[in-house]
Amino acid sequence: MSSQPFRLATGGRIDRQRALCFRFDGQVYWGHPGDTLASALLANGVRLVGRSFKYHRPRGILAAGVEEPNALVRLGEGARAEPNTRATQVELFDGLVAESQNRWPSLAFDAGQAGDLLSALLPVGFYYKTFMRPKGWWERYERLIRQAAGMGRAPQGADPDRYAKMHAHCDVLVVGAGPAGIAAALAAGQRGARVVLADEQAELGGGLLAAASLIDGQSAGDWLALALATLRAMDQVRLLPRTTAFGYYDHNFLGLVERVSDHLAAPPAHLPRHRLWKLRARQVVLATGALERPLVFADNDRPGVMLAGAAATYATRYGVRSGKRAVLFTNNSEAYGAAIALADAGVQLTAIVDAREDVRDDWAARARERGIRLLAGQAVVAVEGRRQVAGVRAMRLGPGADQVTGLPARLECDLLMMSGGYSPTLHLYAQSGGRLVWDPLRACQLPGEARQAVHVAGAARGSLELAQALVEGTAAGAQAAAECGFAGALPEAPQAEPAPAAASLRPLWLVPLSQSSGGKRFVDLQNDVTAADLMLATREGYRAIEHVKRYTTAGLGTDQGKTGNINTLAIVAQKLSADIAGLGHTTYRPPYTPVSFAALAGQDRAPLHEPVRRTGMQGWHEERGAEFEPVGQWRRPHHYPRPGESMHEAVARECLAVRQAVGVVDASTLGKIDIQGPDSPKVLNWVYTNAWDRLPIGRCRYGLMLNEEGMVFDDGVTARLDQHHFHMTTTSGGASTVMNWLEEWLQTEWLNWRVRFTSVTEQWAVAAIAGPSSRALLKDLAENLDLSDEALPFMGVSEGRVAGLPARVFRIGYTGAQSYEINVAASHGMALWLALLAAGEKYGITPFGTEAMHVLRAEVGFIAVGHETDGTVTPDDLGLARLCKTSQDFLGRRGLARPALRAERKQLVGLLTDHPKTVLPMGGQVIDRAELRPPHPSLGHVTSSYWSAHLGRSIALALIKGGRARQGERVWVTNDGGLAPATIAPARFLAPAEAAR
Amino acid sequence: MSRYSAINLLRNALGGHRHWPVVWRDPAPKPRYEVVIVGGGGHGLATAYYLAKHHGIRDIAVLEKGWLGGGNTGRNTTVVRSNYLNDESGSLYELSLKLWEGLSQELNYNVMFSQRGVLNLAHTEHDVQSLRRHVFANRTQGIDAEWLSADEVRAFCPILNFSPGARFPIRGGSLQRRGGIARHDAVAWGFARAADRLGVDIIQNCEVTALKREGDRIVGLETSRGEIAAGKVGVVVAGHCGVLAAMAGFRLPIESHPLQALVSEPLKPVLHTVVMSGLVHVYVSQSDKGELVIGAGADTYNSYAQRGSLGIIEGTAHALIELFPCFSRLRMLRSWAGIVDICTDVSPIISKTPVAGLYFNCGWGTGGFKATPGSGFVFAHTIVRDEPHPVAAPFSLDRFTSGAIVPEHGAAAVAH
Repeated sequence: MSSQPFRLATGGRIDRQRALCFRFDGQVYWGHPGDTLASALLANGVRLVGRSFKYHRPRGILAAGVEEPNALVRLGEGARAEPNTRATQVELFDGLVAESQNRWPSLAFDAGQAGDLLSALLPVGFYYKTFMRPKGWWERYERLIRQAAGMGRAPQGADPDRYAKMHAHCDVLVVGAGPAGIAAALAAGQRGARVVLADEQAELGGGLLAAASLIDGQSAGDWLALALATLRAMDQVRLLPRTTAFGYYDHNFLGLVERVSDHLAAPPAHLPRHRLWKLRARQVVLATGALERPLVFADNDRPGVMLAGAAATYATRYGVRSGKRAVLFTNNSEAYGAAIALADAGVQLTAIVDAREDVRDDWAARARERGIRLLAGQAVVAVEGRRQVAGVRAMRLGPGADQVTGLPARLECDLLMMSGGYSPTLHLYAQSGGRLVWDPLRACQLPGEARQAVHVAGAARGSLELAQALVEGTAAGAQAAAECGFAGALPEAPQAEPAPAAASLRPLWLVPLSQSSGGKRFVDLQNDVTAADLMLATREGYRAIEHVKRYTTAGLGTDQGKTGNINTLAIVAQKLSADIAGLGHTTYRPPYTPVSFAALAGQDRAPLHEPVRRTGMQGWHEERGAEFEPVGQWRRPHHYPRPGESMHEAVARECLAVRQAVGVVDASTLGKIDIQGPDSPKVLNWVYTNAWDRLPIGRCRYGLMLNEEGMVFDDGVTARLDQHHFHMTTTSGGASTVMNWLEEWLQTEWLNWRVRFTSVTEQWAVAAIAGPSSRALLKDLAENLDLSDEALPFMGVSEGRVAGLPARVFRIGYTGAQSYEINVAASHGMALWLALLAAGEKYGITPFGTEAMHVLRAEVGFIAVGHETDGTVTPDDLGLARLCKTSQDFLGRRGLARPALRAERKQLVGLLTDHPKTVLPMGGQVIDRAELRPPHPSLGHVTSSYWSAHLGRSIALALIKGGRARQGERVWVTNDGGLAPATIAPARFLAPAEAAR
Repeated sequence: MSRYSAINLLRNALGGHRHWPVVWRDPAPKPRYEVVIVGGGGHGLATAYYLAKHHGIRDIAVLEKGWLGGGNTGRNTTVVRSNYLNDESGSLYELSLKLWEGLSQELNYNVMFSQRGVLNLAHTEHDVQSLRRHVFANRTQGIDAEWLSADEVRAFCPILNFSPGARFPIRGGSLQRRGGIARHDAVAWGFARAADRLGVDIIQNCEVTALKREGDRIVGLETSRGEIAAGKVGVVVAGHCGVLAAMAGFRLPIESHPLQALVSEPLKPVLHTVVMSGLVHVYVSQSDKGELVIGAGADTYNSYAQRGSLGIIEGTAHALIELFPCFSRLRMLRSWAGIVDICTDVSPIISKTPVAGLYFNCGWGTGGFKATPGSGFVFAHTIVRDEPHPVAAPFSLDRFTSGAIVPEHGAAAVAH
């Protein structure tokens, strides 16, 4: 059943008892629990897994983890497809389906590889230098370029999975569960700190999972199991496997994404797919390890060229040999460990090609013990084979490493392991604001001065040795806990046997080309950026490292240059004869690895994207089949169509009901702010343009609010309930803006004022009844409520019972008809509504929606914020200058005092079309000619426009330059089909039934 | 060989690309220039280019504290359009759009201006009215604008969310077909190369530390690379304009905020236009490399730090998924922030200042990229003539005291 030709007979942390079936490019393969997709493909002898971005070169698996640039696959199918997924990070499950990307017609025979042959014509930045003629043809060229570019295909359809978010706090967040991270978590946990330990892999342990050393006298694996058991036994420690800390923000706030169920063949319904952790940590320990660097030599991208550490990981952790016969090409001793691991696993080691001249350390001795041939002072200069390494050639490296000499030696192999040294993983550290300093000895960046409460331990600070990582981890964890106030005895660091003595590395950034072979030397494998590209960029003058990056696209792939960035930096420095440190470095930006949009959105999708606010009567509107419109976060009934009725018919019927009988509208969405305290009138005097001191208790007043520029931004009616108690109403959409506005002033300028604001929008349900029969209807339902003009005059407020419910009744309205706004507790909203409908039946009560409301208010010339105002309109523009007090200051007054606000402005007027049936489009531009010849200056625009069933004609409001003085003038309004003639009229088409005295 | 063309590309290929000249020189600053432009972003470089090209001034330096195009020029989402509401704005952005249409040829550098259309979505009655008002206004101004019904929007961009369960159903949209996107870095590099050819000294890693005055007249600058005397100084430093204004001794009605943007991993072509939604609050296009380029919101606090908060990114992600359900499983590859300079009326300042010989071009807020060529064009005129270019006149600094502001809140999707 499961023939896996490259699976070793023993070893690895896989479960050989169970076999998992998966498909890659339609072919069926087998693997085991514990495998990644990459390890399973290698076990099956699959070497070619993808095509590169630009040249479509055949590519294999380079790495065993997060840094993989090549092995990107499309995982899953249909709406669950996930493009650009790194095979090295996909846990294998039964039934997994993956396919290769960026190739046509097939992975093996990809037409795109023509680009590789034409590459001389496609140097870096070629697109900036051509495709400019003929003018206007760019979009044609672009279509072809776009087709060739891109990587995977987007999924189709909506995502069927669920996502979640978690907010959390802890004392110490440890990122990375390798030796340093585990030690740090143990130390901080033992001191009593609340610890979160997060690691991107499925299995916690990092390097320990493949380590051969002894710790505290036990095997690394046994020690790890014990350490994890100890951590799990601590109540205040939380372990988060499969969790990537991707962003380090200000104030020790980090974003982490947990892949909860990606690894399950059939995830249970209750589990989200991803969970976003938003974590605030008092202290952070970064034990993020280091990434091995590739060497840059000709054809270093061939399938079968692999990072040395990755080949070792595949052998020891997954029981997979990545080839039958291997060569190691290295500039450091640590990589010898990989060669030895492979040799011990039964892979034939042809040779170790070491760039260093004289290697006489413990590692070299161990290699010699195993009979591995050592080629010192040499470099690999050529790779044979196109879709698969078939051998390599090595040559002697000159003293300055700027040339190779002698005759090439051919080395037989199908696997070339390479190691160019190690780059500490400092992405999060850099995001936190920490400085990076270049260490010329170790040839890597190291953490410098920190900006936040963060510690770095282990390989992330250049300590590659296990024993040292454990010591540093313990110290960092203990220190972090101590800084959170958890002192106590210093925990003892676990003891590992010392590593073999290692000679220092020889920086080798670019292997010289041999005269005979040539070939592309890749720096960024995913984006196909070569050393020649970097040199061309610097020759052309793109010398700032950011310019090099942007011009060549080095480091801009989905791997964000994890394997290539340091090599890029060093090669550019070398080329410019500059110091690497002086060159700076490109910015490390979040996220560390790509994060699904779905995880970032969490549960805030579909109905929870801006949750809908509901009034007490919402259910009734829905049952009645109302058409809704979004207003702020609410959904308000726009109109209530009867069967067979059009929108226009419904609105006309609703309007006529209000003018002739009685209508009822759900006005609960109006913003309501309860204002209490002795300084309440002072606040109103400032935020409204009119005066409020002398408003009697039990009476209401209409007010305009202006911003500092003097422009109207909200309006509403506010009632005085008691000497120091007011009830403010705002527009439905403006409630939170007004609340914030009041609070901002209170908290920044009016610090000692005795006044408090409370949003009560959702505490009150409001039904407004309007029409000639409204008083009669209310009378039928009112108890302890005197509705006489004396007791409850227009613009008055009174309390009593309506339909048995405690109620606050305002005799105000927005329709020009006699109206009452009945406020009851939100939970009584439906009861009130039903009672009004029942009692109103004999009066012909008709529920009406926002559209009818707008028609009715426009008939009487009442403004609607957002229609007649757009942030550029003053009270005088609206004909409401009388509402601006002259005796006192108010917010916006100084803005209004500026000269341009006193010059000729657009003023609110009415417009009557020549043809009464023509309803002007809202937003239509008003011009002074019967012909539109753009560019034509606009006189203004239509702000509201409706069919008035009551008046039997169309009506419109408009803001027109100098409009009030142009009454009777003819103008033309742009319409969908041309221009509509109209005459300027007063901004009121009907006198309201009730007017303020 | 210095001109860019398909022929020269072929010739250079034969020479192994060893003979391409440098794009711009790397001169040391001279002791004095006739005009110094502070800020080596797109707007500053365009100003220098038009000064040299149209006004015959060759003794010009552009001072950049870091690397060219490293500020908002290299951080924006590259949208180009001219469908603004006010006539004043329309004239300015349309002037710019017309320059965009010939810019690659003008500069002999392909800025990849792709007129793939900019689609603004309407989700509510209010949106419909507001966008239709824009359409009517643009047509009156002579700027191309179309209103698309919901069905037409669907045909134009089928991957948008038209499901019945959409929280904010799409009710239509306005489309400017001449709008689109361009390659942001190429704009800075193209202007720099063309300005350099005309003799402009482009000086990177040169930070201005003080402005030198004699009486109420500017006479030069102190920089990290020494003192430089100048006849006139044009300041084009976006988010840091308040800092430079403080050096000159006045204040600007501007706040600086971090504005974030992000890209997805690269994909095969899936989105063929620019989609913007003020209500759902996100805008998206797909770069030629295949990344979805997504504009997020501004953080509400003031800052000069070029980083933003995670909360804004989360909000942008759910807005994106609301508009494009099929993008849900795609991944954010990179996020970053620029510092945007926002005026109280959300319109720019292109102006003389209280200091004679000192000119400011700032306040482009969240949408300055599209104005790059036009901004440089009118600013060059303003500097040379010591009076505003007619198109720039409404954007003078004195509008805040006169009250003749140019409110474009709709452009920034900021609710009034």
